Amino acid sequence: MEQQGQPFSFINPGRRNALVLTAGAVALLAGREALAKGQPTSEADVRILNTALAAELEAVAAYQAGAESGLLGTTAKPIALQFQGHHREHADLLAGAVRKLGGKPVEARSRYSFPLEKLKSEADVLRFAAGLERGAVSAYLNAVPLFNDRRLAQAAASILGDEAMHWAVFRQVQGETPVVPAAFMS
Amino acid sequence: MKVAAFLALLPAAGSAAAATDAALLRRGEQVYDRCAACHAIEQHRTGPAHCGLFGRKAGAAPGYAHYSEALKKSGIVWDDKSLARFLADPMTVVPGTSMTYLGVTDPREREALVAYMRQATKECKLAR
Repeated sequence: MEQQGQPFSFINPGRRNALVLTAGAVALLAGREALAKGQPTSEADVRILNTALAAELEAVAAYQAGAESGLLGTTAKPIALQFQGHHREHADLLAGAVRKLGGKPVEARSRYSFPLEKLKSEADVLRFAAGLERGAVSAYLNAVPLFNDRRLAQAAASILGDEAMHWAVFRQVQGETPVVPAAFMS
Repeated sequence: MKVAAFLALLPAAGSAAAATDAALLRRGEQVYDRCAACHAIEQHRTGPAHCGLFGRKAGAAPGYAHYSEALKKSGIVWDDKSLARFLADPMTVVPGTSMTYLGVTDPREREALVAYMRQATKECKLAR
């Protein structure tokens, strides 16, 4: 697929060596906007995007709570903040895609409920974060096949890969063996 | 004779059944880990907390204000059967649901998940 004579790619590997969706990915969606507006398929995609967006915004808040807990050491805290930044980028991308499809992105809630009273150590915080990341892998895995627009499915799969890396890092840090628990994920 | 009383007379068989139950619940807890991006037993998250789920009308968890109209109007009351059916294919069972998840398609995994949720959601305290 091409846009303005350039091969289409929604991943920009040059930006901080991160998996980052290019503006072109979202801009491409604009080309479909007119076609998509008012169609049930677009509404369904917006709903999927907004559910993912809500979870990403909650993940940003969860990492903030973890960072402010005072329980993370000098090794873990920068990693947690980096992962929080990834979730923020995911949220920005998803919100942009919702807008391009003519929808209204969900906003961060004024209050989140995390089991902070059960987090007594760095290991507790990392285990909690790992649980969120593991859940995110499954959430995206089960969202990818639902998209009507395959470009959105590709974008969601890109985020899935990032979440899986987060989870693997947490498993490594926690000494879980095997670090990668299986050849397939559900 | 009731099953429990019968099993009580057969310690070995009872132990085997208990072990099976324990294994089913462990498997169910593992499957529930997949839900952790959006759900918890005691805290409302992106999705509602599951504490007290069984016997409750869909879209009616106390303190959760983000249900889709579709789920609130679904008429579902959560029990083993309705939960298993929904988890198999949420977007088909309740078109318009915010639970945009393909589903737990393996029947054995669904059975384990429902068994785990039945137990975990009655031994819990909903966070406020």
